Amino acid sequence: MCERMPHQGYRDGAGGSMMQKTKLVEALTGNYAAAYAVKASDVDVIAVYPITPQTTIVEKLSEFVANGELNAELIHVESEHSALSAVVGASAAGARVFTATSSQGLELAHENLHIASGIRLPIVMAVPARALSAPISIHNDYGDVMNARDTGWIIYIVASAQEVYDTIIQAYRVAETANLPAMVAYDGFLVSHTVEPVELNDEEEVRKFLPRPQRPYTLNPKRPVTMGPLASPDWYYEFKYQQATALREAYKLVKDVDALYGEKFGRSYGVVETYRMEDADYAVVTYGGAAYGNAKAAADMARERGIAAGVVRVRLYRPFPTMDLLKALEGVKAFAVLDRAIMFGSPAEGPLYKDVATAMFMHGVDKPAVSVIHGIGQRTMYVEDMYKIYTMLKERPNKEVVFMGVRP
Amino acid sequence: MSNLPRASELPIGAVIPEPGSTRRNKTAGWRTLKPVIHDDRCVRCQLCWLYCPEGTIVEIKGVFKVNGRTYDTKYEINYDHCKGCGICANECPTKAIEMVPEAP
Repeated sequence: MCERMPHQGYRDGAGGSMMQKTKLVEALTGNYAAAYAVKASDVDVIAVYPITPQTTIVEKLSEFVANGELNAELIHVESEHSALSAVVGASAAGARVFTATSSQGLELAHENLHIASGIRLPIVMAVPARALSAPISIHNDYGDVMNARDTGWIIYIVASAQEVYDTIIQAYRVAETANLPAMVAYDGFLVSHTVEPVELNDEEEVRKFLPRPQRPYTLNPKRPVTMGPLASPDWYYEFKYQQATALREAYKLVKDVDALYGEKFGRSYGVVETYRMEDADYAVVTYGGAAYGNAKAAADMARERGIAAGVVRVRLYRPFPTMDLLKALEGVKAFAVLDRAIMFGSPAEGPLYKDVATAMFMHGVDKPAVSVIHGIGQRTMYVEDMYKIYTMLKERPNKEVVFMGVRP
Repeated sequence: MSNLPRASELPIGAVIPEPGSTRRNKTAGWRTLKPVIHDDRCVRCQLCWLYCPEGTIVEIKGVFKVNGRTYDTKYEINYDHCKGCGICANECPTKAIEMVPEAP
C-alpha cells in the first residue's frame, strides 16, 4: 500500500538538513488523509459517532487503534453532543484529542463548541461540510460550518486531501499554542471522498513539530482546579474578552505555524490563497475545494477570452484574515464572493460576502461586489457558471445578491 | 468593580486555580429565616450536620454540660453560608432547631 520513493530532488536546496529525505505518497481520500494526520499527531483520545460524510475518518482511526498503529483511547459515544463532551473532558485532563462530525452532528454538538472555546481547550475537529436539514441532504455545502463560525473556534476551510493532512497537523500546533479549539473543514464528498495523492510526513518529524507544551491548567487530583464555573456579571465579560483577544492574536500565529510547517515539510498555504491575481481586474473570492478548483478553471477560460480574471481562496475563516484579503483584492475593479451557504434574512445572504463587506467598510474600501450563492446541497457548480460571474462583473459591476444554479 | 482583576490578569478559560476559594464568598445574603439551635434540647444525634446541603452545621469538640448531662460535641451554625433552607429544623427529632425571621 505504501509507496516509498527516493528523494527525487524536488526540494533541492529548499531547506537542507531540516527536510525529510524520503517522499511517502499514498492515494487517500480527504477523510483518510485526516485520519493519517491524526495518527501522525500522536493523539491520545478520540471520541467517535458516525455521520455521513464524516464516518470514514473515524472508521480509519478505529482501524489504526485496533492494529496498534495508534496508541489512543477510542471512545464510542451515543451522539455527537457526547463526542464533543468526551473530548472536552479528555482535553481538560491534558490529553491531545480529536473528533469529527458533519451537518446535524455539528448542530447537535453546538453548545459544546462554545464550552470548548470557553474553557480554552485545544481540541482539533475535522468537519467534512454537509448541508443541513430540512429537507435532508447528505451532500455538501457549508451551512453547518457557517453556523459554527461565531463559536470562538479557529476555523480553517481547506481545499484538497493534501491540505486536510497538512492543516490538521498545523491545527494541533496552533490550538495548543493559543489554547483555542480548531476546526478543519472541507467539502463533504467532493474532498472527503475523492482520492488524491497525498504526501505523508515522517511521523517522527511530525511529533517533533508537535511538542506537548505545558498546559496552563489541567484536571489533576494533585493540583485541583475548577473548570467551567459560574461567572457572575462582574466576571463573565472579562473571560469573553480574553477569548476575543486570543482569537485575534491567533491570526499571526496561524501564519507563523504555516510558514514553519512549510520550512520543515515543504508545503504551506498562507491564510488566503490567490490564483492569477497579480494583474487581475475581476476576482472570485471563495472557499473549499470544488468552488476554488472550478473558479480557477473559469479564470483560465476568462483569460483566454480576454478578461483579466483571478481567484482568491479564504483558507483561514476564523480569525478572519482581513488584511491579507484586502491586500489580495487591492487591484481589482470588481469582485464576486461565491458562498456555499445561505444566511437567511441577512442584508446579503452570503456569509463570506458579509465578512468581506465588513472588512472593506471598516477600511474605507468601496468596490462593486456581488454576493453569489451557489453549490447549495451540492448543486453542481459548472466552470461555465463561474465564467459567467466574470462576464457579469465586467459587464454590469453591481452590488447585488445572485442565486446561481437554482430554478427560481 | 474597578478594583477587580483585569481580563489580562485572570487565569484563562475562567479556571479557578485555588481549591476551596469559594469559602471566601459569603453566600448567606438571601436568608430570610435563620436556624437557631436550642442546645438544651439537642441530643447530639448529628442529623442536622448530616442533612445540611451546604455543610454549614459545625461540629465542635469539647466538654459540654447541659441539663446535668455531659456531651463531647456541640453544634453551631456557620451563618456566613447558611441559606436558611430549614432542612435542619425539619429533620431535628427533638425540635431543637427553631427558624427565626431575620431582622428586616
